[in-house]
Amino acid sequence: MKASRQSITDLILHLHPRTVPYSTIRFRLSWGLGGMAVTLTGLLFLTGALLLLVYRPTLGEAYGSVRALGRDIPLGYWVRNIHHASANLLAVVTALHLLRTALTGAFGSGRRLNWIIGLCLLVLVLTANFTGYLLPWDQLAYWAVTVSMAALGYIPLCGEWLRGVLQGGTEIGQATLSNFYVLHVAVIPGSLLVLLMWHFWLVRKAGGLVSAPEGKVPLRRISVVPNLIVREAAVGLSLVAFVLFLAMFWNAPLLEQANPGMSPNPTKAPWYFQGLQELLLHLHPVFAAFVWPLLGGVALLLLPFVPNSALPGGVWFGSDSGRRLAAWAAAVGALLAVAAVLADDALRQPGVGMAADAMLARGVVPTVAVFLLAGAGYWLLVEAANRTRAEAVMAVLVAGFAILVVLTLVGVFFRGAEMRLVWPWLATGGSL
Amino acid sequence: MSKTDSRFSGGRFGRRAFFNWIWTVLGLAALAELGWLGISFLASRRDRNRPGHTESVIKAGEVSAFAPGTVTAVPQGRFYLARLPDGGFLALSRTCTHLGCSVPWDEEKGAFVCPCHGSSFSLTGEVVTGPAPRPLDTYPVRIENGMVKVDCAKARRRDRYLAEQAARI
Repeated sequence: MKASRQSITDLILHLHPRTVPYSTIRFRLSWGLGGMAVTLTGLLFLTGALLLLVYRPTLGEAYGSVRALGRDIPLGYWVRNIHHASANLLAVVTALHLLRTALTGAFGSGRRLNWIIGLCLLVLVLTANFTGYLLPWDQLAYWAVTVSMAALGYIPLCGEWLRGVLQGGTEIGQATLSNFYVLHVAVIPGSLLVLLMWHFWLVRKAGGLVSAPEGKVPLRRISVVPNLIVREAAVGLSLVAFVLFLAMFWNAPLLEQANPGMSPNPTKAPWYFQGLQELLLHLHPVFAAFVWPLLGGVALLLLPFVPNSALPGGVWFGSDSGRRLAAWAAAVGALLAVAAVLADDALRQPGVGMAADAMLARGVVPTVAVFLLAGAGYWLLVEAANRTRAEAVMAVLVAGFAILVVLTLVGVFFRGAEMRLVWPWLATGGSL
Repeated sequence: MSKTDSRFSGGRFGRRAFFNWIWTVLGLAALAELGWLGISFLASRRDRNRPGHTESVIKAGEVSAFAPGTVTAVPQGRFYLARLPDGGFLALSRTCTHLGCSVPWDEEKGAFVCPCHGSSFSLTGEVVTGPAPRPLDTYPVRIENGMVKVDCAKARRRDRYLAEQAARI
């Protein structure tokens, strides 16, 4: 008995350090976001396995097999709702986890590789969400995939080839469904598991979470079992209870069966891509679907390799003045985004079509403008306001995130038929 | 590990270093083979369901059935037959040139309005409002013995509407 208990403790300690700094188990340092992501992944694997028993990945049977969940299987729709709620929450939690990591300075030396693995995990979570979106083969699924495949085609040089490979033919059909099915149930979960283990192990190697230096006093460390484990269990179990409860009321959508002849009006992307969808309304597709996501991704990847770009570890926003700066940056970013959307919407009147120089007017010019704005903001903070480089980087990051959030909110709540701007209570058709 | 390596390698390019090099090369070759295998597996399906095996010419109807200035949907060919005010026929693809949504004809506005990103197109398929980058694609139209026939094998791209794109009696 004692031996088996010891063995469980040892197993836990393979994924955790033996002791962690006392300051890092404070809930408001990490908000338990990483643990929440793990818990949701666990729920997704469990419910996913159950759904696999019922789902049939063929054009003829896919839609019917999802419908049958609600009709023929006791609590079947609840299982689907748990899967759906967990997947959507996971996208939110992963994004917040990334933000938490950046804002508490946890991508400095010793944690660079883990930052990159974290970014890969974020991409995996989003592709897992999106590939799952196609599987029910309803109107929502079919048109979201049509739009994303067309967007893929705009990638210079290899776009059309990539689209053909992923689509498995010139049209969306059985091969597309098979591809997405294999990605969703095998390739992505497998990669996710490997990278997750690596992610945990690198946290352990770095000595646990990032912690604030406490002057000359040596860090006070406490043992992981039971102190950290109990806290992790508390967060995890509360979250499971919350998701199960949520899934009783929040129904996963299922529209009519896919109809290649009729796009619903409006046709929207899943909510986590509605920031990109909003860009598609304003920019040339090459820039909205390729250049901007690429630039954003490269910037995030390179972030930890810029010297002194990380805030002092373990303190949110680095300091109290950093906190005020972040609030300002978020406000400025949000206002800029709202202003840009409204201004461009006013310009986009009938008769003002996409001219032949659309690449320039709706691609190069806005991109250069964004670069100039970010550069000017950074320069003002460092040169005029005497902020550190880490604080200026943080401000640009926070402003960028605020812009993405505003674009997503506009896409989700303020876009009605034919993607015109409307008030949320007048809008019809959603994607959640 | 590196300590052991240098002690037993016996020089800069000894036995161990040589074998390590061999393993690396073999490993990379295996990786390349697996990658090639996967890609050729997937790429073999790229050209499937390209139309062409089946009869691609569709009879849309008698010339007299289409009044000038009207648009008629032809679902079996996935296109619209537009009769221009001057009597010419244009077969317009129903796929939006922006991101592939299906574009309905709005009788009141006299335009095709895309539900996905709000592009609109005129009767001739030209872009009225963005973000679509080019006019709707067309299919070749022939008029034989008063019958309008459309060849749906391959959509033609164009930059603007030109009068010769329409088939006339």
